[in-house]
Amino acid sequence: MYTTELQKQAGVTTAEPAELLAAFEARVAADEFIEPKDWMPDAYRRTLVRQMSQHAHSEVVGMLPEGNWITRAPSLRRKAVLLAKVQDEGGHALYLYSATETLGTSREEMIDALHSGRAKYSTIFNYPTLTWADIGAIGWLVDGAAIMNQVPLQRTSYGPYARAMVRICKEESFHQRQGYEIMMALAVGTPEQKRMAQDALNRWWWPSLMMFGPPDDNSPNSAQSMRWRIKRDTNDQLRQKFVDVTVPQAEAIGLSVPDPDLKWHEDTGHYTFGAIDWEEFYAVVRGEGPVARERMQARRKAWDDGAWVRDAATAHAEKRSRRQAA
Amino acid sequence: MSQQWPLWEVFIRTKGGLSHRHVGSVHAADPDMAIRHARDTYTRRMEGVSLWVVPSAAITASDPAQAGPLFEPAADKVYRHPTFYTVPDHIKHI
Repeated sequence: MYTTELQKQAGVTTAEPAELLAAFEARVAADEFIEPKDWMPDAYRRTLVRQMSQHAHSEVVGMLPEGNWITRAPSLRRKAVLLAKVQDEGGHALYLYSATETLGTSREEMIDALHSGRAKYSTIFNYPTLTWADIGAIGWLVDGAAIMNQVPLQRTSYGPYARAMVRICKEESFHQRQGYEIMMALAVGTPEQKRMAQDALNRWWWPSLMMFGPPDDNSPNSAQSMRWRIKRDTNDQLRQKFVDVTVPQAEAIGLSVPDPDLKWHEDTGHYTFGAIDWEEFYAVVRGEGPVARERMQARRKAWDDGAWVRDAATAHAEKRSRRQAA
Repeated sequence: MSQQWPLWEVFIRTKGGLSHRHVGSVHAADPDMAIRHARDTYTRRMEGVSLWVVPSAAITASDPAQAGPLFEPAADKVYRHPTFYTVPDHIKHI
């Protein structure tokens, strides 16, 4: 959206006038939305570019673990559903990339940051999808956790981000339901199918809890993001909410959550759960996830293999406009 | 690296009788491709019956810093609204 104009202004905001900053803080505190052409502190812009582009990258990379099951889906119905879901993820990336571009960065810069390894994406996609049950577990748990994160973002302070999130949330709920439906079907299937569902839950449970990010006392960007209303809830609050709603869903289909310390507390109405292996989380963030290299190789290959199509379309458009000019 | 495709703003008419409304943007090499990309990106769930794409560079936007001088003069012109005028209750159809 007004990207070119913003790009010109991007470098200018070095010394930030106190009155502009105060007016900005007051607007955000009053729950007003900030729009692309409004003045904003440089750090706000940078935080949003980082968070929104990471979010977009996660949608793109998220297509890979599921995409590899499209040809192996067990029925035509499942195949059509999975195809639609993966297409949605691509669409979500596009909403988010164009919303991020309103902050003065370009699509090319963002994609380059992803492919060169400078940009991060959700650690969850660096785990492999070994069986069909993993597709169920991803929809149910990974999309479930994503929804938990994304619902409050519909009221995030940056207008284009909030509007993208409204569209995304509307589309996301089918993703979670189709995943749960896969798990339900496996859970009432043969003993082998049920074992497959339990195995997928075992492997995806902890990585899903890690999706909410580091614990509040070790989350360096949280406080500022909360103050600027970029984030509305803390990592631990959202994680707790996820556990509280998801455990009964597992029990309802006869699966058990792989946590010996999981305990329901009647008095508080919440579960307490076991310690998360943050060492594993940080290792995956550092790119040591089981399939991190494979994911980036697949991305770069898709980008490079598609180059001739992009070049041909550009050449065609140029030829057409030359003809029109003649 | 390939040349970056220009940005297009996308507007959707959700159904006949309503105006087109801005929904987001897409990159495309030319107008036809912009329509196709807009269709794939923004109308996967029957969101519309008509699309407009406009080169983003063609849009001139008002300056938010000028919002006061531009829009505030309307605030003290309440006589532009029908409720400004008192008409006795027994006068009908006005």
